[in-house]
Amino acid sequence: MEPLTSKRKVIESKPLNFLERAYLPAILSGLRITGKHFFRKSVTIRYPEQKREFSENFRGMHSLKRDEEGRERCTACGLCALSCPAEAITMIAAERQPGEEHLYREEKYAAVYEINMLRCIFCGLCEEACPKEAIYLDGDIVPSNYLRKDFIYGKDKLVEEPLNQ
Amino acid sequence: MKVTIDGISIEVPEGTTILNAARMIGGDIVPPAMCYYSKLEGSGGKCRTCLVKVSKGSEKDPRPMPKLIASCRTTVMDGMEVQNITSPEVIEARRGIVEMLLINHPLDCPICDQAGECHLQDLGYEHGLAKTRYEFDRRKFEKIDIGDKIQLHMTRCILCYRCVFTADQITDHRIHGILNRGDHSEISTYIHAAVDNDFSGNVIDVCPVGALTDKTFRFKNRVWFTKPVDAHRDCDHEKCNGKVTLWYKGEDVIRVTARKDVYGEVEEFICNTCRFDKKKTADWVIEGPRHIANTSVISSNHYETMHPLPVVKSDPKLIEANEEQFERNTRL
Repeated sequence: MEPLTSKRKVIESKPLNFLERAYLPAILSGLRITGKHFFRKSVTIRYPEQKREFSENFRGMHSLKRDEEGRERCTACGLCALSCPAEAITMIAAERQPGEEHLYREEKYAAVYEINMLRCIFCGLCEEACPKEAIYLDGDIVPSNYLRKDFIYGKDKLVEEPLNQ
Repeated sequence: MKVTIDGISIEVPEGTTILNAARMIGGDIVPPAMCYYSKLEGSGGKCRTCLVKVSKGSEKDPRPMPKLIASCRTTVMDGMEVQNITSPEVIEARRGIVEMLLINHPLDCPICDQAGECHLQDLGYEHGLAKTRYEFDRRKFEKIDIGDKIQLHMTRCILCYRCVFTADQITDHRIHGILNRGDHSEISTYIHAAVDNDFSGNVIDVCPVGALTDKTFRFKNRVWFTKPVDAHRDCDHEKCNGKVTLWYKGEDVIRVTARKDVYGEVEEFICNTCRFDKKKTADWVIEGPRHIANTSVISSNHYETMHPLPVVKSDPKLIEANEEQFERNTRL
């Protein structure tokens, strides 16, 4: 076959000398390297229990915010879903009824708000598009799961906890 | 009569307004219009967004007009020269007008059902007016139900009077009108009387903002998530020919409107039965997808046409690979 590059290097294999053929010295030097690593600081962490510090602009799980009075900020305008390049967000809007003023800030709210976390690429465009400062990707890493349907996060998982609890 | 608009000359019949002459030329030089409606007699002259500069009055009297004039109400003179987008003065004035229109506008576009097809939104976007300098309280009104199908948000109204003209000219008798004067003007019905007329739904279509909205579509979906499809049906009403646009979400027709042209004006008025009651695909004969300008947000994520790269068009291998898409494109 023709060489694909000009950088080809011919490796010449010399016959092994006596020490190499003796087996034990090579094993011992290998064990020495292994042993050295026992006493070094480990590079991995035990992930779910231990966590590394995230950078300031880390984008994790979404959360739907509440305002200072504890009302949901989201008004289901659909701009997050429009801007989403992965088309991961869907919502169904509903009209606020009289007496629900303490729950929702505007006269329209998202009755259903779903993000498919398998589709989401965590680009943060929804955060940028939101005119009501309602969605932020300030959460943790999205936990793993066994079923695809469990990755569709509804309002129960996305909306922030109420203030006085 | 010869008229020159932004350096483009056109022959128009006598009595044509500058705005209509510009529309005959078409393109970017057409002044925007919020209150003028070509299908409604007497409309125009209220919003002032169509202001243009007349730099030469006519062949006989070549003096320029002293002030900017409303192009929808001014008829052309022979040899008239008009500046629209070529005049910085006009652009500046229009900017001011848009800001003025937005003074009392609540800017609740995230809630408003008109968002995405709102002319005031387009104007605000074109003139870069996303913020307001107005610090005082805006006008406040309660929502009013005009009948069970139409809702009036007076806070969003810009008082273009289009709906009043529609009710006067398209329907037999009107019940709503403008109450009070000047700053206090308000579209209303006496004692919230229901507008029950076969053509009353057209006030929704003519409204350039979200003041009059369809209650059957209220908060159902955003217009840019729906799919417009042209359709028609045999309507029993003698004045309605049943040519409409259906707005689909998935399998469901969630809204029916009249077909609107490039200036956002309806081509033909439709009756209330077509608009509010026929919301099943079985009621309609589908003609095909409605063409939406690719500058509109409604066209986002609607892959109506494929624009292949030049290399795809020339390379036979790539043509073969994309055969399916090409086929679908020609079918559409």
